[in-house]
Amino acid sequence: MLTFIVRRLGFVVLMVLLSSILIFWATQVLPGDIATMMLGRFASEEARQNLREELGLNKPVVTQYVTWLGDFVQGDWGYSISTRSEIRPLVMERLRNSAMLAGVAFAIFVPVGILLGLLAALRRNSWVDQTISVGSLAFIGLPEFVSGVVLISIFSIKLGWLPSQSAIEPSSGFVKAFPYLILPAITVALTTLAYVVRMTRSSTVDVLQTDYVRTANLKGLPPRRVLFTHVLRNSLLPTITVIAISVGWLIGGLIVTESVFSYPGLGRLVLFGVQRRDIPLIQATVLLIVVIYGIANLLADILYAVLNPRIRYT
Amino acid sequence: MDSPSVTPDIAPGSAVLGASSAGPAALPVLEVEGLCIEYETERGVLQAVRNVSLSVNRHESFGLVGESGSGKSTLAMGAIRYLAANGRVTAGSVRLNGVELLGLSDKELRSLWGASIGVVYQSPLGALNPSIQIGRQLAEVARLHLGMDRGAARQRVGEMLAKVAMPDPEAVMKRYPHQLSGGMLQRCVIAMALMTNPALLIMDEPTTALDVTTQAVVLDLVADLKREFDSAILYITHDLGVITKICERVGVMYAGEFMEQASLDALFHRPRHPYTLDLLGCVPRFETSPQKRSLVTIPGSIPRLDELPHGCIFSPRCGFVREACRAARPPLLEVEPDHRAACIRWEVVPPPAEYLREATESLDVVAPTAGKDVVLVEVDGSKTHFKGPARGLIPGRRTRRWIRAVDGVSLTVEEGQTLGIVGESGSGKTTLARAIIGLTPATDGDIRLRGRSLERSTGRRKRSVLKEIQMVFQNPDASLNPTRSVGDAIVRPLVLLGDLSREQARKRAEELLLSVSLPATYFDRLPNELSGGEKQRVAIARAFAADPELILCDEPISSLDVSVQGALMNLLMKLQAERRTSYVFISHDLSAVQHLSDTIAVVYLGLVMEIGHAVDVLTPPFHPYTEALLSAVPLADPDIKQTPVRLGGTVPSAMDVPSGCRFHPRCPRFLGDICVDQEPPWREGDAGHHIYCHIPLEELACLQAETLVLT
Ligand code: SF4
Ligand code: SF4
Repeated sequence: MLTFIVRRLGFVVLMVLLSSILIFWATQVLPGDIATMMLGRFASEEARQNLREELGLNKPVVTQYVTWLGDFVQGDWGYSISTRSEIRPLVMERLRNSAMLAGVAFAIFVPVGILLGLLAALRRNSWVDQTISVGSLAFIGLPEFVSGVVLISIFSIKLGWLPSQSAIEPSSGFVKAFPYLILPAITVALTTLAYVVRMTRSSTVDVLQTDYVRTANLKGLPPRRVLFTHVLRNSLLPTITVIAISVGWLIGGLIVTESVFSYPGLGRLVLFGVQRRDIPLIQATVLLIVVIYGIANLLADILYAVLNPRIRYT
Repeated sequence: MDSPSVTPDIAPGSAVLGASSAGPAALPVLEVEGLCIEYETERGVLQAVRNVSLSVNRHESFGLVGESGSGKSTLAMGAIRYLAANGRVTAGSVRLNGVELLGLSDKELRSLWGASIGVVYQSPLGALNPSIQIGRQLAEVARLHLGMDRGAARQRVGEMLAKVAMPDPEAVMKRYPHQLSGGMLQRCVIAMALMTNPALLIMDEPTTALDVTTQAVVLDLVADLKREFDSAILYITHDLGVITKICERVGVMYAGEFMEQASLDALFHRPRHPYTLDLLGCVPRFETSPQKRSLVTIPGSIPRLDELPHGCIFSPRCGFVREACRAARPPLLEVEPDHRAACIRWEVVPPPAEYLREATESLDVVAPTAGKDVVLVEVDGSKTHFKGPARGLIPGRRTRRWIRAVDGVSLTVEEGQTLGIVGESGSGKTTLARAIIGLTPATDGDIRLRGRSLERSTGRRKRSVLKEIQMVFQNPDASLNPTRSVGDAIVRPLVLLGDLSREQARKRAEELLLSVSLPATYFDRLPNELSGGEKQRVAIARAFAADPELILCDEPISSLDVSVQGALMNLLMKLQAERRTSYVFISHDLSAVQHLSDTIAVVYLGLVMEIGHAVDVLTPPFHPYTEALLSAVPLADPDIKQTPVRLGGTVPSAMDVPSGCRFHPRCPRFLGDICVDQEPPWREGDAGHHIYCHIPLEELACLQAETLVLT
């Protein structure tokens, strides 16, 4: 098991490294000169040259890359060009906000998705199943900017229950932020919810038809026990994978959703950085997202292996 | 296995109909009367089981025999009311120790399942939950029905595992299903089913998925347990040989009805229904004559449930049919005490021995193919080793082990002859065949076709060579593309290899269809419109399309019903006689192999243990492994008493091949250190008969003289 974890961890580190090269290279080939951007177009060539010297921009690309990565690992993420402040506290605050949003979204789509999926599987081919299946299919194709706007127009504008914009003070606490989180969280959750529903349904339907479920029934176990001890253990395995992969979609969804609701999260920060061509900010935020993604996948793999004894730890 | 009676602490409570609460032994435990079961399908309502009755007494096992589609499993599962959502019992009565099951509520029913009714079925791996430890799965039954706490249940599981002769029960309880072999798992499932000493035990083909050697061990076990436990057993199988080992009474089912019910002895000696007679005739027998004969077959196939014939449902296939048979469905009549048959002409049904003699005489003796002794294929020290899983973390220092699937095999196939290869699963027989055809390239040694060395992989072989070697696989579905017509499947190799135009190819394909006894109109059918036997005929036609010199048949008939198996073997023999094609016939089924083969190679763990003419391999002296394989085959004849030579355990992993003689850990004739330390010599008998063993042939012959009776 330990070997398995170490190997997986190795893969994640490798993935992060490769991504960091890609990110660095991409921001290098992006048009625009950092010194010009920082000092403005009318700064003297000498001033620009001094700044380049100071930032290490004259050194070979490889050295620049190594320095950048080394600093990142040590927690020195540099200064943002556009806000002229240290990047790390800024990113951390936004990360916390995004995590709150993602957390609420998770708390919605995981239980609701699994429950709906199970319900559909257990009532297979009934109207309940049909409604759930068709509904989830519809939501899979729905982009966040559409579902977000629809939700706003219903719950904020028509019914007036919830705020339509979530441009809260970036440092607000969870309790204060909560009412502003509900609509964006639902928006983010919808697409993933649909995937979770479909995966849960299909794997549960498969498991219900296996011989071992027949064995469990013919042992005389009450239906509820059959479901909890024998069915769920196996049928939720693929769902766990989908949930783990969904972290990736979630980050994509967050960027869009946070802009629709003007919510001060990491996604909006990335967008902000891109609009301002704030290269250090882009580099730091994107690499952070890659790290988060890698860790989520690692955790999913480990969880899957723990639940599924058939996986070989090699 | 100390006390013959059941420990009193497991006598089930009052809610449960334990066997111990049964009345006098004469009262049947299970009584089924006039049971009818229907399925609602796209083709309408199908009556899968119609008006069947049977009874099973305490301590008795009742064998339900029939081919696939006969309704035998549906009958058993319907009787205990476990049917798919689209199935329902429409009439009849099922009483278990006097209690009517059909009137029970779901809750009452569940209190009987697992307590008074135990079930064991075909695939033991599928029957156990893959993600729960075996001990916990078994303990569940003890806790639920015997009211035991965790500790007591665990102890009970340990006892039960010991009763099914499981080595090291404590360790097994902590295992997950995928970590055990099929035979071990089936013991666990049997232990689970017997946990509560149920009144009724249903066993649905419990040994079909196992190797013959493991099957023999499990059958011995069931026969033992039958004496120890009180359960009445309903034993479902397609194999008449297995029936003779387990059952006292037998019911033969056909298309949803009983054709005959009788004691084992009466059924085998005085069958009163032509279908029973035919089934007995289909079973390949061990013959020690060098002449190859066709097998008796049953013409036609089982009717579809929505197109049942009028009158006697067997009439379209019956050799004794008269006009009167088609008038009305013959009832199941008592022809002698405890013997019922559904045939109006039961008096004219001859004894099987006589019938078989006449039928066999009228069948063609397959002419021995000329051109003997011309060597077609030589396999010379062939090895196929695969990379095993690597261990360790650091790239340079990881240790890799090799899987020695085929480990130095030499043999020859002669022109127009059949070489049979037998061995348990894991013996490397399929890998060897794949090396010959080049699908899994050999890693060492030489394979020659007519004296010329073959490239190891198909990709590097010339077209003219590729066309000479073809293969027929076990599962025809895997080799036929479901979206392409039968004709397409046959035409493709013709066009690819034979340089024919499409019209010429079509004509050839139609001829080929006719030669495998399928109508030419099948050309445009899709594979899923065909039965299993028909698909395999198409696969054979395709193999013959390029007019090859060698066809490798990898278990081509194992997944088919007995009556279809016979017809396919006859077909293979006929085509061989006509075309002088050589076969390599791979099977775990010795009776099929001996029927078709001129020479037989017995392989174990990647090596040939014995090779020679079929007659020599099947008569003493045998290699100890051959002896065990032969003794494990359940012969469909209750009069033959086979000496039990049983092999423990399973074929070891090809990653850890035992030292010396690789068969030594399981060898029943193990000599001692010499077998562990030294590789045995090749001992030569007459006419190319070779045995790989430390025991001299004369001694083997002496030891084995009286062990096996083959008739
Ligand atoms: S009733 Fe007639 S057709 Fe049916 S099995 Fe008997 S002889 Fe054959
Ligand atoms: S050499 Fe020894 S172990 Fe091998 S088959 Fe002969 S007697 Fe058995």
